[in-house]
This record gives sequence, C-alpha cells and structure tokens, in this order.
Amino acid sequence: MFNKVSKGSLFPYAFWIALFVIAPIALIVYYSMLDLNGHFTLNNYKAFFTPVYLKMTLTSFWYAFLITFFTLIIAYPTAYLLTKTKHKHLWLMLIIIPSWINLLLKTYAFIGIFGLYGPINAFIKTFGLEQQQILFTDFSFIFVSVYIFIPFMIIPIFNSLNKLNPTLVYAARDLGASSFTTFRRIIFPLTIDGVKSGIQVTFIPALSLFMITRLIAGNQVITLGTAIEQQFLVSQNWGMGSTIAVFLIILMVIIMLFTGQKKGGRA
Amino acid sequence: MKKLSTVSKVYLVLVFIILYAPIFYLIFYSFNSGGSMNHFESFTLEHYKAIFDDSRLIVILMNTVIVALLSGLIATIIGTLGAIGIVSIKDHKMRNTLLSLNNVLIVSPDVVIGASFLILFTIIGIKLGFASVLISHVAFSIPIVVLMVLPKLLEMNTSLIDAAKDLGATKRDVLTRIILPYIQPGIFAGFFLALTYSLDDFAVTFFVTGNGFSTLSVEIYSMARAGISLTINAISGLVFFITVLVVIGYYFVTNRTKNNTSEGVHR
Repeated sequence: MFNKVSKGSLFPYAFWIALFVIAPIALIVYYSMLDLNGHFTLNNYKAFFTPVYLKMTLTSFWYAFLITFFTLIIAYPTAYLLTKTKHKHLWLMLIIIPSWINLLLKTYAFIGIFGLYGPINAFIKTFGLEQQQILFTDFSFIFVSVYIFIPFMIIPIFNSLNKLNPTLVYAARDLGASSFTTFRRIIFPLTIDGVKSGIQVTFIPALSLFMITRLIAGNQVITLGTAIEQQFLVSQNWGMGSTIAVFLIILMVIIMLFTGQKKGGRA
Repeated sequence: MKKLSTVSKVYLVLVFIILYAPIFYLIFYSFNSGGSMNHFESFTLEHYKAIFDDSRLIVILMNTVIVALLSGLIATIIGTLGAIGIVSIKDHKMRNTLLSLNNVLIVSPDVVIGASFLILFTIIGIKLGFASVLISHVAFSIPIVVLMVLPKLLEMNTSLIDAAKDLGATKRDVLTRIILPYIQPGIFAGFFLALTYSLDDFAVTFFVTGNGFSTLSVEIYSMARAGISLTINAISGLVFFITVLVVIGYYFVTNRTKNNTSEGVHR
C-alpha cells in the first residue's frame, strides 16, 4: 500500500513541523519568561495580572464576542436564504469574491466612507443632523470587522445547510411543527457544526487583528493583537509581547475546545 | 421548493449591496481627478498611470507576485509529499498527532505566527527581508496544501497501487504515474489556496519583513496610515479586476477537470 512508497516523503514535512510549528510555540513561551535584558523572570506574568492588562484582555474578548455575534446574526439568515436560491453556487461565489479582496483595501475604503465628509455623514446631513465623528470609535471598529468576517461566516454555515436533508424539515412540518420550532429543533441543531466553524474563523482573528484597530479605531480600541504588535514592533519588549501571545494562544485553545467538532463517523 | 418571499429577497439584496458597496466605492473614486473620496470632480486615469510610473510600486508588485508563486510552489511540493507521508502512517495516534500539529498554523492568529517567526528568524540568524518573508509564506501555506491533498489520497483506491506493483511498477512509477495523477485536483486546489494565502497575508509579513523589502499589503498599510491616497483606490481597481478574472478562470478550470474525471469514470 502507501507505506512502501512513501516513508521518505515525510521528511521535509516533519522538518517543517519541528521548525515552524513546535519551535515557534516553544520560543514564545521561552521569551515570555525573559525581561528586556534577556534574564529569566516571571515579571511579565505579574504585569499581565495587573488591572491594565486584565482590562485590555476583557475588552478585547468583549469586542470579539460582539463582532462574532453580529456576524452570526447577519450571516446565518443569508446562508439560509442562499441555499433556497436557484443558482445557489453562483450566488455563493459572489459572496466569496469580496473575501478575496485584500483586507487592507476593504478597511481603507471605510476610512473614506466613515470620514467626516464621507457619504455616511453626507447622508446624515440630509436629515438636518450634525456631522458625526464615526471613524476612531468602537462602533466603526465593530462595523468594519463584521463587514470583513461576514463571508467567512457564511461559507461554513452554507455548507452545513446545504448538506441538511430537506425531508427532515418536511417531516417536522407535516408533524405540525411551526416554522420557528422547525428551525429551533431541526435546522439549527443539524447545522451547529457550520456555526461552530464560523465562530472559530471569526472569533480568533477578531481577538488579534491589529490593522483594523490601527486604521479605523485609532487608539480607541486596543485588542490583544494590537498589544502584541505594539510590544514587538514599537516598544521592542519581546518578553511582554510573548506573554500576551501566550494568553492569546490559551484563549485560542479554549475557543477551539468549545467549538471543536465531534470526531467519528468518518470512514 | 418554495419561492423566496419579498422580504427574503430584499434581505439578500441588502447583504450583497453592503458587501460590494465599499469595493465599488473605492473603484469609483479611483477615476476621480480630485484628490479625495468625497467629491467626484471629473473622470481621469491618472491614478492608474501613477501606479505604472512609480517604479518602486512596480518592484513591490513584482515582489508580491514572486513571493506568492515561489512560496505556493514550494509549499505545494512539501505539503503534497507530507500528505502522502501522513497517509502511509499506520499508527492512528501518530497520524492524529501529525494532523493536529498540521492545523496549528491554520487556526493560530496571524500576530502570534508573525511574532514567533520574528523570534525564530532572529535566533537562527536569517536576515529579515525577501528570505524571511518567503520562508514564512511557505510555512503558513503548507498545512492548507496538506488539507487539500489529504481527502483525495484517502478516497483513492489502494488496489490501484497494488495492481501497478503487480505489473512491475517501481516506487517511482507508482508515485509519478498512479498517485500524483490521481490527486492532481487536490494539488491544484492546494497551490491555488496557497497563492491566495500569500497574496492576502499582511500580519505575518508585517512582522518578518525588514526595512528594505515590502509586499503590496504592507505597502497599502503604510500608505493608508498616511491618509487617503487615490493610488490605493487605483490598486483596488486593478486587484478587483484581476480577482474577477481569476475567479472566472478558476471556475472554468474546475468545471473542466470535473467533466474530465466524470468522463474518465464513464469510459
């Protein structure tokens, strides 16, 4: 079978895992225990458990939660309706195309759209209202992030809805279930895996995207990602940056455990 | 199936408008002779001309494409061999461990990957620049290639390999004339995704790029931080145009391979 052909082919791959998967994590953990002069210390961890960093972690988590929540609220009905359209794969393709445009270009668009003289403010003005400072607020940060994540949330949900056997829905309806009951008891539980992968691909990046906060939210919003970037590239304090990264990794593992899919059933 | 209600149609149309509005907004103002994204003065192509007149920008564009193609190619080779190697492993525990390690870089936040690679390159002594960016792109593209190739290998009928061996094929023959042609669609999909990963990446590149080397994403970021520049709009126009071309191309290629394989089955 395969094994006679291909043991040797594993070598470069194993090398890659050792050097670019295991070593980087080990290095992050190692550096988190170094101070600015390269001496061993646990001060970074002490610093992390001060109100400044804990508050930042909590707000970052809260923003990521809000972003994921709104993305899901918008994406689920979209995915559901898409599966009902005639040329559903064509429509899905049209949803995917915006996700291929570079994220920075899309973020940049909102600098103009939300700008003081941009179209949104022009629109507000036609109602006789005052111009608003929309850029550099947490609203703009959440809006832009939701905008960016919508396609990534739609794709997995669409796939699981698409796999759903429609006869189950018909059966529920025949047995007298209302639309809402059908959704709550049949459709949603059977597509929960898609929702979970959607949450995974939204929540973890939402904790760490620093370019959106930098470009759209100014210094109003500081996420874990922003803090890591700040420590590594501005303050040059790799130790503290690594410590925050360690906690970001821990958060990531927790999210993975919560949204992990049951294995098995796969031949 | 039921037809979509008017409310549903309006909802879908709204989502599509929101997804595309920022992109078309950018492209619209790329033809603006005025310097802003608020007031359209008159039609011009000067911003597009500005891209091609700016030799520095052209170099960055070439860098981006070269890094994407090279990293995609290398990642595809290592990833494909790795997938073949993984399939050859009999021990289930070992196989699952490898697969989990494979997914680490896919779910890890970009900042963590960027930061840890920065530490890694500094320790090994790789100069930040073209080499570090290329190596990082190879590193984060490998797992996605593996994930694309693996299902093809698993669905492959192993008696094909046995038959080939019975007929006197060498290891090399089995690999090049049986396995590789069979998993070819997976390899192409992997290469294609690796390309998009590389072209799309900002955060990792931002961390590991030195002063002298820049890719399009990093350049857009620094331009956007400096404020509105309609050159970025013109870049968006080009990117969108190329993306649509690629999507159409990809659509035809996958359709063709699908038709080919189904024909193969009929024969």
